[in-house]
Amino acid sequence: MTLLEVKDLHVHYRTLKGVVRAVEGVTFELGRGEALGIGGESGCGKSTLAFALMKLIPPPGRIVKGKVILDGKDLTGLPEDVLRKEVRWKEVSMVFQGAMNALCPVFTIGDQLAGPLMYHWGMSRREALERAAEALEMVGLHSDMLRRYPHELSGGQKQRVVIAMAILLNPKLIIADEPTTALDVIVQAQIMNLFKKLKKELSSSLVFITHDLSLIADIADKVAIMYGGKLVEFGPAEEVFIEPKHPYTHLLLSSIPRIDRRTKLTWIPGTPPDLRNPPPGCRFWPRCPHAMDICKKEEPPMVELGRGHRVLCHLYA
Amino acid sequence: MSAPTKELLVVEDLRKWFPVRRSLADVLAGRERRYVRAVDGVSFTVVCSEVFCLVGESGCGKTTTGRLIVRALRPTSGKMLYRVSEEVLDALRALHVRLEGDSFVDLAGRFRGKADKLLRREVQMILQDPYGSLNPRQTIRDILEEPLIIHGIGGSRDERLELVVKALKDVKLTPPEEFLDRYPHQLSGGQRQRVNIARALLLKPKLIVADEPVSMLDVSIRAEILQLMLELRDVKNLTYVFITHDLAVANNICDRIAVMYLGKIVELGPATEVIRNPLHPYTKALIAAIPEPDPRKGRAIKEVPIKGEVPNAVNVPPGCRLHPRCPYAEERCRREEPELKDVGGGHLVACHLY
Repeated sequence: MTLLEVKDLHVHYRTLKGVVRAVEGVTFELGRGEALGIGGESGCGKSTLAFALMKLIPPPGRIVKGKVILDGKDLTGLPEDVLRKEVRWKEVSMVFQGAMNALCPVFTIGDQLAGPLMYHWGMSRREALERAAEALEMVGLHSDMLRRYPHELSGGQKQRVVIAMAILLNPKLIIADEPTTALDVIVQAQIMNLFKKLKKELSSSLVFITHDLSLIADIADKVAIMYGGKLVEFGPAEEVFIEPKHPYTHLLLSSIPRIDRRTKLTWIPGTPPDLRNPPPGCRFWPRCPHAMDICKKEEPPMVELGRGHRVLCHLYA
Repeated sequence: MSAPTKELLVVEDLRKWFPVRRSLADVLAGRERRYVRAVDGVSFTVVCSEVFCLVGESGCGKTTTGRLIVRALRPTSGKMLYRVSEEVLDALRALHVRLEGDSFVDLAGRFRGKADKLLRREVQMILQDPYGSLNPRQTIRDILEEPLIIHGIGGSRDERLELVVKALKDVKLTPPEEFLDRYPHQLSGGQRQRVNIARALLLKPKLIVADEPVSMLDVSIRAEILQLMLELRDVKNLTYVFITHDLAVANNICDRIAVMYLGKIVELGPATEVIRNPLHPYTKALIAAIPEPDPRKGRAIKEVPIKGEVPNAVNVPPGCRLHPRCPYAEERCRREEPELKDVGGGHLVACHLY
């Protein structure tokens, strides 16, 4: 059963120095209860894509083309007030990057968790606090936290509060944008365990965005790799990680330093394209070891490889 | 290499306590001054031309240790004996600097004027944040020329330009002419970090303290910077103290690893030994917590034996510092602080289990 369908999505930022094509023609689908990992280097458009799924792109960004269909509803066509009342937090919620700064310092945790419950579900303050305590318990925090202020919490605890906030209204889709970047490895492993536990207990789907492909391997059923605003590879996690097809995915995976063996270090030469002025043809060709003449001229087609695995590359056309 | 085990830096019982500000009420009530014990009795030896890693989570004191070595901070107590080369030794003797043994200087001491500058040239630092560590209003040429001017190297502007161009070539920013007049914001993160490395190398140091040099860079270009650092070590005969929180990075470039927790070294040894055969429960947890890019290994809830988070370094637990989080903690761990003991092959561990 498909929950989320993204069709030919284009997001542009109009700046004085030109149009930044942050997301270009992204298409994918995600089933109920599935976890999708979106990976890529900084500036590849993965965070913009996440915000587009909630139609919450900061100005001057705009969805210029395409559809985001959540549970049969096209979010791109909905007016702002309907989105706020009916969609955001109720249907789609988000764990923001840098949870440290996502909480308001002058309200208690209880007040911040009760707010959306009172607004969306019309609960009384008392009911809302009870439900908030339940949500805190689900993320492994004691209900004492309700009376505390954010500065009294450690980084890991704040991250848990932000996750509790995201699961509060039982949304169908939770988007997590780099939820562990500011955390230490041991706390990161604890938070990843929490995501895995929640994925089992709740029926929500998860979109997990990170530059760290190891974390995607840790949790995702499906993987999307982005490069220069385009989706270059999409498929089941096992296939993408074990038999990556796109040269970019392959290079990205082999540049991860491993703890289980000492390998010769490899990297991707060059820098990602300027999204105001991307190279013609395939966006990866200036850095690609397999670049052919056609790559420099023609944009590669999306090639279906079967079992939901597809790749944007001339090598397979 | 002639003498592979020649020590370059011997750190003995190094301490850095930062006083916590007391409120007026605290002073009136006669409460004792409290300290953040950032580095609390650390000893290790760095051997010539090795990559020595300090690994640990945030707040373990690894950066403070690095800053003490480059003399950006003065230690509360302890020694940092640094082996100086013959030429510098003669210059220091002429300046009547107190030497330790035949060729060591204690970097924990105070130095003035010329002696200070001579020693600063010997030990340089590569900073973590390539976005914050370069002055946005200076061109790359100005940034790289500054240490030369301060240390009076290169008589004329042209001579200095030559040195700057050479430094850019060393870190493979080619053609150098194209970078000289650019500003930091016109460079990518990786290029900025190369400028950082070039700046550290300009004074021809022997020892480089690299504080998380790749943690702010994309994974895809980290290896390129690490490889460059390793190549420069061979060409320029450098020694690195490499500070990182990432054991996987340490595994790939380090010769020896010291794992720090709350201001102390808990385990120290050859990199392969510490990673293949970790002894301290904390090291084991650090290794277990690293996610692997293989979906066949992930998915399941991972056992992370260490609970909770690092406590505040003001209230250091008595006995073994890890005992409140350690699954093997016994009565003895709560009372007695374990010492760093050799368990064979230069592998040291501070744990009552061994």
